[in-house]
Amino acid sequence: MSKRIEVKDLNVYYSKFRAVEDVTITIEPRTVTAFIGPSGCGKSTFLRTLNRMHEVIPGAYVEGEVLIDGNDLYAQGVDPVLVRRQVGMVFQRPNPFPTMSIRENVLAGVKLNNRRITKSDADDLVEKSLLGANLWNEVKDRLDKPGSGLSGGQQQRLCIARAVAVSPDVILMDEPCSALDPISTLAIEDLIEELKQEYTIVIVTHNMQQASRVSDKTAFFNIAGTGKPGKLIEYDNTATMFSNPSVQATEDYVSGRFG
Amino acid sequence: MSVAVRSSRATTSNTLTAGKLPKGAPWGLLIVSWAIFVGIFLLLKASGTTADFNIVGALFFGTILFDVLIVVISMVVEGGRKAKDRLVTSLVTTAFIVTLLPLVSLIYTVISRGVARFDANYFSESMRNVIGAGGGALHAIVGTLEITAFAALISIPIGLLTSIYLVEYGRGRLARAITFFVDVMTGIPSIVAGLFAFALFSLFLGPAFRAGVVGSIALSVLMIPVVVRSSEEILKIVPNELREASFALGVPKWLTILKIVLPTSIAGLTTGVMLAISRVIGETAPLLLTTGFTTSMNYDLFNDRMMTLPVFVYTQYANQGPDATPFVERAWTGALVLILIVMALNLLARLIGKIFSPKLSRR
Repeated sequence: MSKRIEVKDLNVYYSKFRAVEDVTITIEPRTVTAFIGPSGCGKSTFLRTLNRMHEVIPGAYVEGEVLIDGNDLYAQGVDPVLVRRQVGMVFQRPNPFPTMSIRENVLAGVKLNNRRITKSDADDLVEKSLLGANLWNEVKDRLDKPGSGLSGGQQQRLCIARAVAVSPDVILMDEPCSALDPISTLAIEDLIEELKQEYTIVIVTHNMQQASRVSDKTAFFNIAGTGKPGKLIEYDNTATMFSNPSVQATEDYVSGRFG
Repeated sequence: MSVAVRSSRATTSNTLTAGKLPKGAPWGLLIVSWAIFVGIFLLLKASGTTADFNIVGALFFGTILFDVLIVVISMVVEGGRKAKDRLVTSLVTTAFIVTLLPLVSLIYTVISRGVARFDANYFSESMRNVIGAGGGALHAIVGTLEITAFAALISIPIGLLTSIYLVEYGRGRLARAITFFVDVMTGIPSIVAGLFAFALFSLFLGPAFRAGVVGSIALSVLMIPVVVRSSEEILKIVPNELREASFALGVPKWLTILKIVLPTSIAGLTTGVMLAISRVIGETAPLLLTTGFTTSMNYDLFNDRMMTLPVFVYTQYANQGPDATPFVERAWTGALVLILIVMALNLLARLIGKIFSPKLSRR
């Protein structure tokens, strides 16, 4: 199910502006990797290059290689749609489809792609995905109600269920808890811990405690100043990063001395 | 006991109190001002200075009097700051009343004069072989509905697809050019659209070819830019997050547009389309030029002249017979029917909007 991500000398651009410079990183399967760093340092931008969501923004492009199990995402003739079916994504703000019920939201990935699915298969998929997202018990009696009627934390878990339902190999999470309260955050962190058994997970977070709680490895990004590109400063085991980092800037950041 | 407490509280002077007009004062004052001017206008009528009692004038001048009175009284009782507040509030109210007066007056006039011929015959007969009284506007109603429906059939797909291109795909020079020309098209006079359609068909089908379809083409020239602009605005406000969420599920762009963007914005799109239809259904000049006029029924959009309601109103009023009354009555009823059709379309648009709009409430 899960796959290894290798990134080699990746530069990310918005038109002429270079947002991220020379990132080389290897993300192992069945791990949780956290990206930390100050705002504007390119964490989210870099994350979005891992499933070709970056190019949705007009004028955005990348240079370099992103290999998922050896296949270059940016090679000639690669269909971004096929990439995104393997690499799912959860966004900062919960964004269930407002026209759809909870059930339809979970099945969105299947239904929107015009794939046929029998009713019993669909029921199984909805239950499995919602169970996977720790949401089943809360919504099983109101699957036909609008997804936007749930609370923020429930909506975010619905979005995770939606991402899980298309059975990707990798799940990217862009600050999934930044709009949520501590209880919902805890629910999602527990969920990440479970999802780790099957998926490769990459999470961007501003919350240092969250990074240390959920991740196996941590990558620290930083910028030299405004207008300069973001760089990968250090990438190591989470325990090492938080207790004994090799770069001074990382230590300053994780200990709260700046940023 | 409690009475004593209350009275003692009332007599205690509070440094925070200030002079204040009673709650109903503005309304009372407005009614009094209106009454004064209704009285003045009645006097003018009684004295023979004016021929008719002018209710619109009475209400208008009454409102102006109210503006002056409320500010002066408030100045005296409440002081400068409150008076300024009253001044602005009364100006806003006046603007509202001034906007409403012609509208109400128009509806009142059309209904009161149009109701005379608002009968079964009007909706079941044409004007064929009718010289004096009698007859109806069925041919014009059918013509208007058919021509407008066909114009909508042409304009909605073109307009909708153009706006989807502009919002979802259009980048650079081509998109800018389309936006520019759509803006230019919004401003073209309707008679020019009529001339265009007339000339286009004359080129291919010989001189002075007249049929309902030519009118539809002329109307769609007017309608397309309205549909494009309104749909474009509606599609732009669909949150980008929804598109990204769909892309992230591995859904191709065209399916995202078809199944996420359009359903989310369907309510706004229908409203825009309905408004565009209401905009063109009352056009007279291009239809007079392209479909001509007739007194007979004609259900065939592609053959022969066709009557439409605006043209019907115009011809009845312009070519009155020896006894003018039935002609004028038919014209007013035509106007009334046209207003009713537009109103029905607007209500339909609201209904559709309500049914299709995303359900956001927590239930």
